[in-house]
Amino acid sequence: MSTIAPKFRLSYFLKSITDNAFWAILLLTLIGLPFVQIILFYLELPVIGNRLLDPYLALTILADPSRQIPLIKSLMQTEFFKIAAFPGFGFAALLAAGTIFVERKMLAKLQLRVGPFYCGKIEGILQLMSDGIKLLSKEIIIPAKADKPIFWAAPVLFVGTAAAFVSLIPAARGGWVVADADVGLLAVFAIIGFFPVITVLSAWSANSKFPFIGGIRALHQMVSFEIPLILSVLGVVILTGTLNLTEIVESQYTYWWIIFLPIGAIVFFIAMLAELERIPFDLPEAESEIVAGWLTEFSGMMYGLVQLGSYLKLYAFAGLFVVLFLGGWSGPNIWPPFPQEIIDKGIEMGPITVRLPGLPLLDQQMLNDVLWFVVKTVGVIFFILLPRGVFPRIRIDLLLHIGWYKLIGLSFVNIFIALALVYAGVLGPEGIL
Amino acid sequence: MSTTSLPPGLQIEKVDERIMTLNVGPQHPGSGHMRIIVKIDGDYIVDADPDPGYVHRGEEKMAEYRNYIQNIPHLERPVIHDSCNVLYPYCLGVEELLGIEVPERAKYIRVIASELNRCVYIQYWLAIYGIFLGHSTMFMWPAGDRELYIDMLEKMTGARVTHAYFVPGGIRNDVPANFEDMLLRRVNYFEKRIKEYAAIFYDNPILISRTRDAGKLSREDAIRLGTTGSTLRASGVDYDLRVKEPYDAYGELDIKVNTLKEGDSYARSKIPWLDMLESCNIIRQAVQKMPKSGSVRVKLKPNPKSGNDEVYKRVESGRGSLGCYIVSRSAAEPYRVKMSVGSFRNLICMPYLLKGEKLGNMPAVYWSLNYWPVEADR
Repeated sequence: MSTIAPKFRLSYFLKSITDNAFWAILLLTLIGLPFVQIILFYLELPVIGNRLLDPYLALTILADPSRQIPLIKSLMQTEFFKIAAFPGFGFAALLAAGTIFVERKMLAKLQLRVGPFYCGKIEGILQLMSDGIKLLSKEIIIPAKADKPIFWAAPVLFVGTAAAFVSLIPAARGGWVVADADVGLLAVFAIIGFFPVITVLSAWSANSKFPFIGGIRALHQMVSFEIPLILSVLGVVILTGTLNLTEIVESQYTYWWIIFLPIGAIVFFIAMLAELERIPFDLPEAESEIVAGWLTEFSGMMYGLVQLGSYLKLYAFAGLFVVLFLGGWSGPNIWPPFPQEIIDKGIEMGPITVRLPGLPLLDQQMLNDVLWFVVKTVGVIFFILLPRGVFPRIRIDLLLHIGWYKLIGLSFVNIFIALALVYAGVLGPEGIL
Repeated sequence: MSTTSLPPGLQIEKVDERIMTLNVGPQHPGSGHMRIIVKIDGDYIVDADPDPGYVHRGEEKMAEYRNYIQNIPHLERPVIHDSCNVLYPYCLGVEELLGIEVPERAKYIRVIASELNRCVYIQYWLAIYGIFLGHSTMFMWPAGDRELYIDMLEKMTGARVTHAYFVPGGIRNDVPANFEDMLLRRVNYFEKRIKEYAAIFYDNPILISRTRDAGKLSREDAIRLGTTGSTLRASGVDYDLRVKEPYDAYGELDIKVNTLKEGDSYARSKIPWLDMLESCNIIRQAVQKMPKSGSVRVKLKPNPKSGNDEVYKRVESGRGSLGCYIVSRSAAEPYRVKMSVGSFRNLICMPYLLKGEKLGNMPAVYWSLNYWPVEADR
């Protein structure tokens, strides 16, 4: 008898398998098949190559990779792909997850320690996943006197708003943006304006003292730093004459605006740190004063959602900085072209030759754009993370002093520089550059 | 308002509607093992009432049931990070009660162990000061660098933190072979390392802007409120028991007393750091003057007794003057052991300093007082 499973009997095991299989087959035939039939009846099946997508065709498509290519290509044209995968949520969430990992490892190196190390064998690469599972498995505790609907809604709204912000950031030329609005920059600021509201709602609805103080602090901080944030962007708008983010990037193919507007870039960066509640401006979450600020009462996955939202926000802000000042996706062509041999001859795998007409899936230009965009965004994210290892937390009165006295003044200087460049005829619609 | 009359001695507190009362601690990342009842008006602290006693363990009462030797390991418990210095006044007192003269070599080794332990304590204190201000690197660096001296103390005493190294009559055991070489290498590296803290912490513009003029304690107030140690020296009072009342081998060493005039949080946080640098100098001098061989301990009788006598001895610990008052009544156990600790004396000025400060300054002022909750409660 095994000591690991002392009550194990092979006959019981086989009986349990056959029992389960019997019920599975029975339920599938009685409920599953009619259900699938009903769905197929109402569903409008796609037509591929003048043929209706019947089960036989679907199976051949699964088996033959060359037939999948047009399907994948048509999928990639859809709005769903843009929202869920590439310039939208999936891409941003992947970068956000990478950001958390890099932040922890980089901070550890700075502080002469190892950081996440054991989970996932290679330098603790699965630590994030295990943290996520831990958060999922935790009980969600809601304070007894909390305003429950709003308290529940706050983390979801936070992630939703952050995802809406992500959707406005263009990642590559050729319409690789979820929402290509003509008033893109205005929409960005409209969305940023929601964050303090959500923060205060969640803080107030928790009906607890420390979240309340944290929420009020967040309100002060975000509202007073939104003004320099908007004013510092005005320089770019004056130079380009458009609010469309894609057009702003296209105007920077020769010169990045950070060359002409360094003050605006610095002001934007500092205001961005404050909006993101990063150290040295993490007052709403100041641990030693107000426990965890407005996050104090969140537990389990509610806290996880807020963290996800704040890292999505971090990616979106870094992307916005790249789009406005660092030329977005513009950069020299370094992505190698797709090998012509594979298009012509296919891939030879021993006796079998796989022919894949319709390759490549993505053109070289788009991949090159994405590469440059990611490189620049990661660079900006690195500089957003770096102050955490170097600076202590600032105090609220000093923070407001910086916001209202220094940054607003500097952003007006930036506007005057932009206006001077336009009126001197250096830049702008009729400029010499 | 309830109609039932309140029990005698209780009264309903009248609080302004604008005032919010915060219970900072004991379960709070920004308190120690204690509670501070803070009343705030907006962002300004109206009233701060420290409430120590959460970790009271009755060390003094326990000492009355144990004989002079058994008291050694448990009297160091109030501050295990500074265990040599906590035990120091007790050992000095018992030695005077029993009339023992400590060997010369033991005196120097005591000085070395005490200075090493002071650095270990200050590093821990500094780590927490760093994280209280949101500076996580300043938490990790000192916490890592203090391992250097903890390892050294482990080689000397056999225990990482709770050393129980000082005993009445000398020290428990002699230092290991190759001690001086090991020690001096560590001291040199440690000194180089803590000088780097200036670049990342003490010269940091945000830190200076935040802790300058926060919780200002004038020279007169510092003396009037009876503060001690780094809090007193940061207010410009040149007072260090190692110089003013030299004990053991401290009289033969050249010690510089660090003082700063400002008396604010920044000065109070800088004095311990300067003390660490001074400790390195003291250790070097002590190693140079130490007799290279000889006895390190006077053997006591198994259960020593002394006559009807009382003695008060004090030393300069990491948190200031630390005194031990021992009353003996011709028994194997002390009749009374009373410890007068620097932490508790520094806590007294906290309500004065926090009144009118911003809430954001609370951790900076609180921890800069060099207050150790466990020691204050004993």
